[in-house]
Amino acid sequence: MPESFYKQINIIEQCKKYGIPLWQCPQFLFLLMGCVIMATSITIYLIGSHYISDPEIIVLIVLFLATFLISIAFVIVQSFERLAETNRLKSEFVSIVSHQIRSPLTNLKWIVELLMSGILGKIEEKQTEYFKILKENLERMQELVSELLTVSRIEATKLVFKKEEFSMENLVRDLVAEFKPIAKSSNIKINMDLEKNAPKVYTDPFQILQVVENLLYNAIRYMNFATDTVQKDKEREINIKVYHKNSHIFFEIADNGIGIPKEDQKYIFQKFFRADNVRRYQTNGSGLGLYISKNIIERSGGKIGFESREGIGTTFWFKLPVCQK
Amino acid sequence: MPKTILFIEDESAMQKTVGAIIQQEGYNMISALDGDLGIKLAREKHPDMILLDLVLPKRDGFDVLRSLKQDEQTKSIPIIVLTNLGEMENIDKAIELGATTYLVKSDYSLKEIIEKIKKTVDGPAM
Repeated sequence: MPESFYKQINIIEQCKKYGIPLWQCPQFLFLLMGCVIMATSITIYLIGSHYISDPEIIVLIVLFLATFLISIAFVIVQSFERLAETNRLKSEFVSIVSHQIRSPLTNLKWIVELLMSGILGKIEEKQTEYFKILKENLERMQELVSELLTVSRIEATKLVFKKEEFSMENLVRDLVAEFKPIAKSSNIKINMDLEKNAPKVYTDPFQILQVVENLLYNAIRYMNFATDTVQKDKEREINIKVYHKNSHIFFEIADNGIGIPKEDQKYIFQKFFRADNVRRYQTNGSGLGLYISKNIIERSGGKIGFESREGIGTTFWFKLPVCQK
Repeated sequence: MPKTILFIEDESAMQKTVGAIIQQEGYNMISALDGDLGIKLAREKHPDMILLDLVLPKRDGFDVLRSLKQDEQTKSIPIIVLTNLGEMENIDKAIELGATTYLVKSDYSLKEIIEKIKKTVDGPAM
């Protein structure tokens, strides 16, 4: 009994389970309202005793006001609690569903791969073509599911950061090497300008890798369909920079792809948002990548941003604090 | 004599798919649909490698991993964890308990999985 009681009054712990900021947390609001009501009651009593001589009337007024305020506070706090609970349930729902979908999806993909390998019997060329489409679609679903899982972890503040010291230069170089074949097949040149021996950063390299991968993948993807627009003759390039300035390491990636329309720019980091010109070309993508990236960078103590002009290109950048050790 | 791989996994679809490619590579595969049977087969047959899922009925994969690594008879068998649980804390826990490699199913193609298996069973290529 005492333990559960302490849990009840431990507001910070209670708020954590909702994964929302403290000031939105129902328990915290309740406490705040309580303080406001007490302060109001005392003030009214003090003012009242100045003007009204009959103490009974003062007490009545204070009682009446306090009851009124408490009922309002109760209603407000309750609706906040319902909102917070819905939010928590939603994240939990997404997480459970994604986990459950993951396993049959992998099964399906591996079965398609097995069929395609010819181990179970020869596959006609025409069939291979359709198996390929099947596999690509399965991979798209897998990607979406894993992004949804990341989002639900971010929202439940359960995204684990395994911090360590690492060099951005190496991380970027290794990743770009992996991407070179894809870029080459799309006729895109990747130029790198990485500052040698720049100070290291201290955060989760795996998470930062996701961010860089996301940005690089976006640059390639959105440059890819620039082909059938006016930009046909332009040489397709991605310029990547890593450098350090003051106490931050900067990462920059510039492309000369389709750019982000001005009216869409303020929404670009929102969940599920996809720019108008992107939807027009119907590229794959869930609209979660940048939302996830922003969260990861901010949780690492950094900042992310971009500059873009439609038809000219986009530059995304982020900065991370230099490791202090 | 072909090397033997024990696959502890409750989903028969997974057993069938991975099993087909393991056998294609010339290995002998024995399968267990739950943890208890897995541990029993590991003791009896002493396989060259164990593929272990973490989400299993009755006792979970971590529990199985712990038992296998504590048992003198099975302690030296390399274990590859093959699962859908991609969270860092799970990876750390499994490695701490003695898993040789941790593979998140959705991150790999079947071909990559078999490469990892081969590497673990046969050792690095000469």
